[in-house]
Amino acid sequence: MSEQTAGVQTFTPREFHRQAHDALGNPQIRANFRKAMDGLMAKRLDSFDDWDLETLRELGANIRLRALARLPDLLEKLEANCEANGIKVHWAEDGEQACRIIRGICEDHGATSVIKGKSMVSEEMHLNAHLEAAGIEALESDLGEYLVQLNQQTPSHIIMPAIHLNTDEISEIMHDKTGTERTRDVDAMTAAARQQLRERFMGAGVGVSGVNFAVAETGTLCLVENEGNGRMTTTVPPVHVAVTGIEKVVEHLRDVPPLYSLLTRSATGQHVTTYFNMISSPRKEGEHDGPKEVHLVLVDSGRSSIYQDNELLDTLRCIRCGACMNHCPVYTRVGGHTYGTTYPGPIGSILSPHLMGLEETRDLPTASSLCGACGEVCPVKIPIPDLLVRLRRESVGEGRGNVAGAGIKRTRKEVAAWKGFQWLATHPAAWRAGASVAGRLRALAPTRLGAWTQHRSAPRPAATTLHALVKQYQAAKTDKEER
Amino acid sequence: MTAVKFYPPRPDKVYLFGTCLIDLLYPEAGMDAIRLLEREGIEVLFPQDQTCCGQPAYTSGYQHEARAVAAAQLDLFPGPWPIIVPSGSCGGMMRKHYPQLFAGTDLEEQASEVAGRIFELTEFLVHVCHLDLEDRGEPEKVVMHTSCSARREMGLADTGPALLAALGQVELVEQARASECCGFGGTFAVRHPEVSAAMVEDKTRAIEATGARRFITSDCGCMMNIGGRFEQQGKAVKGEHIASYLWRRTS
Repeated sequence: MSEQTAGVQTFTPREFHRQAHDALGNPQIRANFRKAMDGLMAKRLDSFDDWDLETLRELGANIRLRALARLPDLLEKLEANCEANGIKVHWAEDGEQACRIIRGICEDHGATSVIKGKSMVSEEMHLNAHLEAAGIEALESDLGEYLVQLNQQTPSHIIMPAIHLNTDEISEIMHDKTGTERTRDVDAMTAAARQQLRERFMGAGVGVSGVNFAVAETGTLCLVENEGNGRMTTTVPPVHVAVTGIEKVVEHLRDVPPLYSLLTRSATGQHVTTYFNMISSPRKEGEHDGPKEVHLVLVDSGRSSIYQDNELLDTLRCIRCGACMNHCPVYTRVGGHTYGTTYPGPIGSILSPHLMGLEETRDLPTASSLCGACGEVCPVKIPIPDLLVRLRRESVGEGRGNVAGAGIKRTRKEVAAWKGFQWLATHPAAWRAGASVAGRLRALAPTRLGAWTQHRSAPRPAATTLHALVKQYQAAKTDKEER
Repeated sequence: MTAVKFYPPRPDKVYLFGTCLIDLLYPEAGMDAIRLLEREGIEVLFPQDQTCCGQPAYTSGYQHEARAVAAAQLDLFPGPWPIIVPSGSCGGMMRKHYPQLFAGTDLEEQASEVAGRIFELTEFLVHVCHLDLEDRGEPEKVVMHTSCSARREMGLADTGPALLAALGQVELVEQARASECCGFGGTFAVRHPEVSAAMVEDKTRAIEATGARRFITSDCGCMMNIGGRFEQQGKAVKGEHIASYLWRRTS
């Protein structure tokens, strides 16, 4: 949601249909996503040349399942081991509370400028807007996030925030906002951004990062990145605040390599990323660098309520690789902003209803043809299509009722339609009679069927149903045998 | 991923679950499935009380209605014979989702038993019948569109193409992004018509670009969607159910 970024294009899940319409009509958006997603799909496939993909996915799923099965225990262990390492641990029930905690840390240190590594949880809780309202400037240091921030937008992808922009658009943004000379040379643009960011790292009072894996047994925070901005964010400023959802905990240090392998291969098709940071304490006595304080803010924001449901729980396995987006035929066509949520695409459609309620996100669980591509590539085997169906049940009031806004899509008209379908499909004689009548009146069959026939011709009932054809066929056969 | 399935020896009899789309729109595909199976020496039983597997209600979230419709199908297959479904979508519903749908109910055991006997038609022809085909048709170039449910839910990406590849005169070509959804998705096409239209537009372009004038599928939902798009544009590309295509070329 970017509703709080005044004066720029805003997106909300309530307007999914309108936003999809706009995106579908925008050839630039269509081309940018198609090209990027095709590239990412090919890279992912190529990257599993050294590991058996299915074996690794099975392992990854089991590691995440084991962690979730022991989540409360592991969180306590994580807290104890982090504290023992000198990392201060904070608990936040929601994004608002997490924002206040981080603002408090900034204020304690008199920080007026914060440098940020990539963190989707900070996007989810609108940390930048919160800090800015308190007079604290928050600057994104991930290149994609930086560009999106310059352009007053929100990320359109969880791994590649500026994937909706092409080279020319980026050049234009950098020219407009930073005075960088227009160029199509990507290296030159990167170098310019690096120069601009470098100065800001030095002046920041606090560095805020996300966490990819929080290891309970050692109290270690793992951070996966490619640009070195994560390392700068977590080492240059005197204070480092890591913020993450409570589900990111894993039990053992040995759980990290398989998950890391899955994450980088699934996300960008890399065997390893350029940087992999393991943060286990603030600067120790006698050390020359590193932050003097490290904080960990663990955010719930609806996650513990997902945890209560043994089906929906699988949503929390996610390691945020974005492969489901890259492979989703819907996401590829409408792009990330259309969803109007922090997490777009298939994972967003099963996670956002818990974060924002079904009233806001009612159109997301249906924004899938259930083609199964997301579930097929998910590195931790989240049954995304099944969870989409589960949320559809919740939306129409036929689930367990434990998602906020359950039943919001139940309409008398639709219930009547499905009851009618049920009646017909459980009364075979009526079904056969109805189908037979439809066949006989086929010349009268409608040639316009709402949205369907805007793009396709209408299907026409066959003159004789299969039921009737089989009957005729069997009768003819018996006849022949008797003769 | 579907679990490893152990295929039985060729049975004397099978049931055919014709699916509602075939029943109402493409009945010849059902008849051709019967003819193919009978030619293999298998007697085909067609319970006249069958209607729909219940999937449209199921994927729309109408769980109770879907369960009632599914329950009405469960009693139709009392013998121990395999149940052949000429659709990956309905087959996937019955094999994968019936056990989930009835979990914790009195019908759980029966639903699982029925689910265990579900075979998609091309799967059965390849893995149980070991079908031998003698192609009598003219040389032709065709594209196979395997439905997402056949491909991903039932794990049957290869059986359709394998049958077409066995036709000596048929050149099987692959469209770009062959594994991408055509945009049908049942009620998805109705609830998100514009997104669905963008998907089917890309799919028809990819098929057309191969130069083939015919696409073969084992799912009538995809056929109605892709074929409907071609027809509306006045294009010469036609869709055909794999059962009809196989029967037509080998009879």
